[in-house]
Amino acid sequence: MSPSSSSIAAEPGAVPAPGEHHDHHPSYLVDGTTVKSWLLTLDHKRIGVMYLIWVLLFFLVGGIYALVVRLELLTPGPTIVDAMTYNRAFTMHGVVMIFLFMIPAIPGAFGNFMLPLMLGAKDVAFPRLNLLSLYLLLSGAAIAIWGMLNGGMDTGWTFYTPYSTHTTTTVAPILFGAFIIGFSSIATGLNFIVTTHTMRAPGITWFRMPLFVWAMYATACIQVLATPVLGLVLLLVVGEQLFQFGIFDPARGGDPVLFQHLFWFYSHPAVYIMVLPAFGVMSEVVAAFSRKNIFGYRAVAFSSLGIAFVGFFAWGHHMFVSGQSTFNAGVFAVLTMLVGVFTAIKVFNWVGTVYKGAVDFKTPFAYFCGFLYFTVFGGMTGVAFATASLDVPWHDTYFVVAHFHFIMVGATIMAFMAALHYWFPKMFGKTYHEGWGLVSAALIILGFNATFIPQFLLGNAGMPRRYYEYPERFQTLNVASTTGATLLAFGFLITAIYLTYSLVYGEKASSNPWNSRGYEWLTESPPPTHNFIGPQPVYTDEPHFYVDREKAEVPDAV
Amino acid sequence: MNELLNNILFLPEQASTFAERVDNLHIFVVTVTMLSSLAVGTAALYFFFRYRRRTPEQLTEYVIPSVKTEFLFVSLPLIFFLTWFVIGFRDFVFVTTPPKDAMDVYVMGKQWMWKFAYPEGPNGVNVLHVPANRPVRLLITSRDVLHSFFVPAFRIKMDAVPGRYTQTWFEATKPGTYQILCTEYCGLSHSKMLGEVVVLSPEEWDAWLKEQRRGDLANRQDALADLSLAPQPARMAEQGQKVAAEVGCFKCHTVNGEPHIGPTFLGLYGRQETLQDGSAIRADEAYITQSMMDPGAHLVTGYANAMPTFQGKLTGPQTAAIVEYIKTLRTPDIRTTGASQGPVYEPIQQ
Ligand code: HEM
Ligand SMILES: [Cu+2]
Repeated sequence: MSPSSSSIAAEPGAVPAPGEHHDHHPSYLVDGTTVKSWLLTLDHKRIGVMYLIWVLLFFLVGGIYALVVRLELLTPGPTIVDAMTYNRAFTMHGVVMIFLFMIPAIPGAFGNFMLPLMLGAKDVAFPRLNLLSLYLLLSGAAIAIWGMLNGGMDTGWTFYTPYSTHTTTTVAPILFGAFIIGFSSIATGLNFIVTTHTMRAPGITWFRMPLFVWAMYATACIQVLATPVLGLVLLLVVGEQLFQFGIFDPARGGDPVLFQHLFWFYSHPAVYIMVLPAFGVMSEVVAAFSRKNIFGYRAVAFSSLGIAFVGFFAWGHHMFVSGQSTFNAGVFAVLTMLVGVFTAIKVFNWVGTVYKGAVDFKTPFAYFCGFLYFTVFGGMTGVAFATASLDVPWHDTYFVVAHFHFIMVGATIMAFMAALHYWFPKMFGKTYHEGWGLVSAALIILGFNATFIPQFLLGNAGMPRRYYEYPERFQTLNVASTTGATLLAFGFLITAIYLTYSLVYGEKASSNPWNSRGYEWLTESPPPTHNFIGPQPVYTDEPHFYVDREKAEVPDAV
Repeated sequence: MNELLNNILFLPEQASTFAERVDNLHIFVVTVTMLSSLAVGTAALYFFFRYRRRTPEQLTEYVIPSVKTEFLFVSLPLIFFLTWFVIGFRDFVFVTTPPKDAMDVYVMGKQWMWKFAYPEGPNGVNVLHVPANRPVRLLITSRDVLHSFFVPAFRIKMDAVPGRYTQTWFEATKPGTYQILCTEYCGLSHSKMLGEVVVLSPEEWDAWLKEQRRGDLANRQDALADLSLAPQPARMAEQGQKVAAEVGCFKCHTVNGEPHIGPTFLGLYGRQETLQDGSAIRADEAYITQSMMDPGAHLVTGYANAMPTFQGKLTGPQTAAIVEYIKTLRTPDIRTTGASQGPVYEPIQQ
């Protein structure tokens, strides 16, 4: 579909095919059952489901690497693997989790599925590009995994030069894989931007867009603007390794700190590529489970854009101890704090949304609580880092590892799990078991804390990251952390089991089991192929409008 | 009180003037973080219970924040964050600005060891001697890849960047031995790139300096010009390196820890080598010498019997020099307790 044919409302309600009952259109899940109908589908919902399957698989791979790393650190000396294997394991853990899980997960799976539904559109603007971006992700993953199996890489996911151009491990294919994955990310972002601009159904003004759409939009802007920088820098590293370019290696007249600037110019905003979609999911979840309009809708929407914007000016805080000038450090410190302020606005407004709400404490809401906590705590430690003097002892210690697992991983995983449960009935038309959902949510939140709180303390005590062996005084905290990781893995295992079970044996869900007023619930669960049957829904209120119109005076157009 | 908090937070002892400043801010930040999380958490918790859903279809009031509320949401965190910034940046300026009277020490990171050189005196590997209560400026660089010089007890850290000098400084407040760690991932033995700072009292420092000046001429910069002096261990090592290069050892052996056609020389001395027949042998002087003269005698697992014999090609002194050279290529193990064994002398530019 071309972007210009955005006039969905003008289209008459889909005419039922002969022989088909009026409200019995096949859902997207059963509309075509051949393998080809899935692999070559242009339906954003099927593409979203395929994304979901793949990112879950990548999450498993990254998780296995994580457990290898954590088990190795159980004792001060060698435990289960040798130093080289360990170095490759933490590198691949980072690479797989970041590039194959966190970045594509929420936009790829839930963004694809929900964005057109939330905009009242039949599909994304460029369905073929959408399919291509899935296959770009998979090709990049295939190349990177080929590299992992043929030598692996030991540079850490930050690929710092000159080590990455000196190491004898297989750097080139993995970087090339990441390069290709970058195109996938750009394509998805581009698609979402165009879809949001051109395909909103009548009635959905900018300030009636669901906050998830706002978040996806802000994310897409970062993806399109920042990812090319990463592509460029990865190619330069490959060139330097294979053809001795001399851009980053001082032995050839290059500058190793230049690499850090270029790398973090992408990778710092990339953190927001991971966490903004999470913020978006949580805005939906908190409104749905409090049955409340979002407190400060505009503030939450604009703070997404604000984070996306200042995110580009904060990269220098990764280099406070790299010989950067003191003045630069000060500027980057202040700019970084603005991210904290924008995040704080969101946090306050989320809590405000619960105020005078009608709270139903279901699994997604449990994840919201965990999310709130990880965001506040992780975010505050981020600002603490940005105060420059505290960064000096903390930089590149386990404090960093704990911090980014709290804010980036913790918040994103909470949102991913919340989304999985909240939209499970919408996507698959089945309900999951609420009891197991709450139990595993508790386990996962607990496991996360038990894994990473000891790592904050390890960082305080001075244990550097990426250490294969460590002085004995760090052992107790490491054992605690590994115990926590086991608990965490257990939580995920339980979720995997009951969700798979529900997929097959779960009760059939009604079209709107949560009684939500989010736009995506205006169609069947699971939705039919072209999203809406019959007349286009009419959008006269903002999303999550749980107000009694008769009784309350509310502003008409927002 | 501070003692207790430092223990709860697992902070190492404070052994520099900077450590105290950082810890004070640290504690302030932790307190603010805890209190505000607690506030947000309590508010959320209260709302969850106060506003439980009664019926599935329950409707809610339309609540939007007043401008005043939103203003509060923005300014509250901003005020706190800026306060942190002001204190933190003042301390950061403090640690990035060495006092004028600071004593200089050159530091070079190298896979996987720290080398120290004093402008007017001795050199050392992995052990840095400094006087207490005197500012010391470190001029840091790297020979190969990025490293980062970190002394937790001093709360200082600075990257070692190849091709550049970076600087930091500290003033140690009490004599003792403090660990140095490398915090920038630098390859295979990153976690073994450890050293220590030995802080000496003024008297000890004077004695130590005097001793350095007295003996080993070879370790003094000005002595490097005079090569005709009687052989010193360091000189021998230097000769050994030259000989090893001439006869071609480095075609097959690296000195940076990476295995090549043969095992690396780095850390070879004293290492337990596993042999192809399954037994183990300690690489001592005898073993190294034998490996040169009769390479097939003890084959290390994982390597082919590819080394030619140097029997008759190397003189006795040359062999000894190579052994001495290999002995300098070791990365001392972690020493967390006990007294330092003193520096291993070695010219910084080897
Ligand atoms: C099962 C839960 C997890 C555990 C137990 C875990 C554990 C670890 C550990 C021990 C490290 C090594 C740190 C170091 O060597 O310095 C690490 C690094 C890292 N983890 Fe995780 N992790 C988990 C989940 C995740 C997830 C879900 C993500 C992202 C989506 C993630 C992203 C990273 C990144 C980016 C690094 C840095 C890699 C590097 O230092 O090169 N982790 N993690
Ligand atoms: Cu290192």
